[in-house]
Amino acid sequence: MARIGLFDIVGPIMVGPSSSHTAGAVRLGLATRRILGADVHRAKISLHGSFAATYWGHRTDVALMAGLLGMGMADQRIPQALELAQEAGLQYSIESRDLGDVHPNSVRIQAEESQDQVTVAGASVGGGRIRLFEIDGFQIEVDGTYTVLMTRHRDEPGVIAEITKVLAVHGINIAFLDVSRKSRGSEALLLAETDDPIPDLVVQHVKRVTGVMVVRALPRF
Amino acid sequence: MDIKSASQLLELCAERGQDLADVVADYEAFRTNTTGDAVRDHMGDTLRVMRASVENGREDRGERTHLIKGYGHRYEAASAEGRTLGGSLFQNAVLYALSVGQYNAGLGRIVACPTAGACGVVPGALLAVADELGSSDEELVDALLVMGGVGIVSAAQGPISGAEGGCQAECGVASSMAAGAIVHLMGGSAEQVFEAASLALQSHLGLVCDPLASLVEVPCVTRNATSATTAIVAANMALAGIPAVIPYDETVVAMKKIGKAMPESLRETSTGGLAATPTGQRIYGELREKYRL
Repeated sequence: MARIGLFDIVGPIMVGPSSSHTAGAVRLGLATRRILGADVHRAKISLHGSFAATYWGHRTDVALMAGLLGMGMADQRIPQALELAQEAGLQYSIESRDLGDVHPNSVRIQAEESQDQVTVAGASVGGGRIRLFEIDGFQIEVDGTYTVLMTRHRDEPGVIAEITKVLAVHGINIAFLDVSRKSRGSEALLLAETDDPIPDLVVQHVKRVTGVMVVRALPRF
Repeated sequence: MDIKSASQLLELCAERGQDLADVVADYEAFRTNTTGDAVRDHMGDTLRVMRASVENGREDRGERTHLIKGYGHRYEAASAEGRTLGGSLFQNAVLYALSVGQYNAGLGRIVACPTAGACGVVPGALLAVADELGSSDEELVDALLVMGGVGIVSAAQGPISGAEGGCQAECGVASSMAAGAIVHLMGGSAEQVFEAASLALQSHLGLVCDPLASLVEVPCVTRNATSATTAIVAANMALAGIPAVIPYDETVVAMKKIGKAMPESLRETSTGGLAATPTGQRIYGELREKYRL
């Protein structure tokens, strides 16, 4: 288990009323937006368990929308998120759905922009801490405490070596590396959690690696 | 360097010849690759947000809350008019805890400590004690570090959310953290910090999470106030040498097991306990109708 952060316990500094149902939800929304990599035009939100049971009172819907609009959990515009979503033309729907044997505070968000879409599932695991467990059907585990380089690429020899080489050349250290694929030779997903921020230049270089289709640098969320 | 239990944290203090606050600051500095001074600066910012949440909450009349309106404001007026009992310490603990709880429920900016639902407990207990003792910000930052140590120990061995462990895992843990911090401010030993923490948590064991209408209002906000006063009582008992008997680590594990034994209806789903009473159901029904849920 990773070491528990002091300011996860004496903190986070956040807008209420619930760390798991509000702050964690903002972070889940923000993570989804960063993975999509663009303004969200449409969002389909499926709430599971305790999230589904209490979302109205804990403003989980407002919080998720705030995150999808790009706000952080201490942003004092969070209470106005639904109005701001309307102004921004962000359409959304919310449903209750059993997502299976997952944490009681789980959500699946399908977020779309004009060109692209992504489906992210994650859980708010207490005190505002979160854990993403699925991106577009890939089983993953990432908690937003590190900067993440995410790629979608072809499952071929050498692609990962080339991607990590770009990071090495720019002096970026990889703390954790998670690679998954749906089947051999098909599309794969890589998440590299790094000790250092990832500049745009690195993203541009990784994009040029043969076999790489999508690259995102996700700041800590 | 890792903190996994109270016994291990106390050993670290002895090995390094440091007090709890310094060990916790070093732990966080090590964990995030920064310095102890940077950790203390961050804690200073956290203290400022905590204080601001008390001030904002005292003014909050409840524009954004449904069932509770101006609790801090009301308590302050009653206490000023001499309609309530208790010296300034208890009056302020209740006032601050109610104010922060009210502010949080109305989507105000607070320090979740360890959770937002329990965010009034620590400012209530600790800032009231600091007023009483005339503590400096530096002393308070140290007390908050000690408190973080208690919270980390608890989180390493048990749940920190109502959905997993009921209210004992929120207000209970908050009260144990505050009790430890108060002992530190009073000059108590590291061992006494955890005696106080254990006593406070013991008084919350079995406490369920059963809020009305899925809000963080009733009974959360008033419970924050009683948990704040429990922290002060627990600290006093520890300082007087009254033993917790069961060590903090074991009390946390007991809390975890009790949480696991709780049905889902009593773990932040608003389907059992007070939420399921006739009055609780009537209020939920009225809100559903009003907001067309």
